[in-house]
Amino acid sequence: MAGLDIAFWTLAVIGVASALTVVLLRNVFRAALSLVLCFLAVAGIYVSLSADFLAAVQVLIYVGAISVLIILAIMLTRDVQRGSLSNKFRIPAFFVAILFLGAVGFAVCNTPWQIAGIAPQEPTTSALAGKLFGEGGFVLPLEITPVLLLAAILGAIILVREK
Amino acid sequence: MSIGLEHYLALSAILFSIGLYGALAKRNAIVILMSIEIMLNAVNIAMVAFSRYIVPLLLTGQVFAIFVMVVAAAEAAVGLAIIIAIYRSRETIDVTKVDLMKW
Repeated sequence: MAGLDIAFWTLAVIGVASALTVVLLRNVFRAALSLVLCFLAVAGIYVSLSADFLAAVQVLIYVGAISVLIILAIMLTRDVQRGSLSNKFRIPAFFVAILFLGAVGFAVCNTPWQIAGIAPQEPTTSALAGKLFGEGGFVLPLEITPVLLLAAILGAIILVREK
Repeated sequence: MSIGLEHYLALSAILFSIGLYGALAKRNAIVILMSIEIMLNAVNIAMVAFSRYIVPLLLTGQVFAIFVMVVAAAEAAVGLAIIIAIYRSRETIDVTKVDLMKW
């Protein structure tokens, strides 16, 4: 279990540090690169939770697609160098975030979690497919998501089309 | 003390708070969208951790995480399209200056 501990702490420190960098850096492009590092750390966290399919999907969708979209949008807009300024709600926002963290920490510490002591399923891909497509699974939400994706694609195309 | 559910939940809460601060305190609309992505990732970590430690054989949390990823991808595409459309018409993506519908 020692290897898992080391992996968790390393990935957690990398993830939190890169997320802080995203929020604190002035340069928007560097913030986007730091966001990619944060996504990769989250993918590693999924591996440490033995969610192998989700880790692969995280790398494909977030690191591959969403970061490219974000960097493309940064390149299409101005003020890359000093573009990430704070508004006048910086200090209230800080206190709201700290309050939220305290509330969640209090709830986590005071809830008696019923930890199941059995080993997790591995590999998860076929089990997830059974969950999504199988009897009594999530077929209806799965059939609704293509409609959502199609609507999103059409909406994005219409929004950015030249008049 | 070995790594347990509480560690993952604490990591998820810290990441969510960082994203919340960024979403509330930033001016650049793209940085706000990036902070929202951090918050969605934090929620996914919490759900996968619940799935791993409380119902390890059901995988329900991982299914929910997949749906969250789908919605996040759609949200990023539409959000960035809206940001680019705003930039074309108003030459800025500073959310404190895009206040046409504010009274």
